[in-house]
Amino acid sequence: MSFQLLKDVVQPIVTGFGITGRRTFRKKVTVQYPEERREQFARTRWRHVLTRYDSGLERCIGCSLCAGACPARCIYVEAAENTDQDRRSPGERYANRYEINMLRCIFCGYCQEACPTGAIVLRSDFELANYEREDFIFTKEMLLEPIRD
Amino acid sequence: MPKRVETLVLHDSATPVLGDIQKGGSVVVTNSKSLLEQLNVLNGARAHCLWPLTFGLACCAIEMMATVSSRFDLSRFGSEAFRATPRQADVMIIAGRVSKKMAPVLRQIYDQMPEPKWVISMGACASSGGVYNNYAIVQGADQVVPVDVYVPGCPPSPDALMYAFLKLQNKIKAQSFTDKHQLRMSETKARTLETV
Repeated sequence: MSFQLLKDVVQPIVTGFGITGRRTFRKKVTVQYPEERREQFARTRWRHVLTRYDSGLERCIGCSLCAGACPARCIYVEAAENTDQDRRSPGERYANRYEINMLRCIFCGYCQEACPTGAIVLRSDFELANYEREDFIFTKEMLLEPIRD
Repeated sequence: MPKRVETLVLHDSATPVLGDIQKGGSVVVTNSKSLLEQLNVLNGARAHCLWPLTFGLACCAIEMMATVSSRFDLSRFGSEAFRATPRQADVMIIAGRVSKKMAPVLRQIYDQMPEPKWVISMGACASSGGVYNNYAIVQGADQVVPVDVYVPGCPPSPDALMYAFLKLQNKIKAQSFTDKHQLRMSETKARTLETV
């Protein structure tokens, strides 16, 4: 009777807590997200950034090739002519307006592939969720990288 | 913010009372509702036990499932209990493209959820139609149900969905616990204190 009790009740408890005890000292798999971030893969494609040359000039020349390559048609580019007084990019033209609809975008990276100057790149900032639909139209000011000193 | 005076509580000034409006006085004007609201207990409780509805429509559902896995562990925010019935769910994650055939089903399931309820539109397709700009897909789930948080991405990674959950929690905490308009309660005739 008591042997049966030991086998049926005590042994499973010991086995169960044994597993718990062993797992306690293993490496934790959970990434404590808001405090720590998991390492993103090298080719992760998330938020777009419009980059600059080291001189501070914009790389984007307003050619709209990204908009043409976009399968979701989420990019709008409006080009304007550079003048000697107001020079934004090294080429003839620059993007006067550059807008991306982040809700339409599927982050395929075709815009990055199509860009002849490497102006638009997709980086690893994934925290894009928001409350209002209007907040997802990312304008050129939001996308453009700040000038490095 | 001082609330409407409902009860007068007499107590000695040595006992600190949460929600004190007068400092060190003998008479403290307070009421239980404002106490709880100032503590933000109820909204916190609401925000930290959001039970999602299992509503995967496409590939986004795979990432939604991965969010509950041990690596990301949505249960850290109290949302691990995915419910297959709308009657037990608080938040609906629309994960995937909503076809026009699915739209009435989506609306019906949303209506069956008990209030207060929230909606996360996960991914490009649910939020705006994404690449599927065609006759079959609803161009944004907000044409069918009111959406609280949109998550861009195709599909959003589990981290991105968790960020959306954090955003939703912030939204709930900022809401008034009793404001029926904010909570989209169906009750339209608000009762005054006198009738109660």
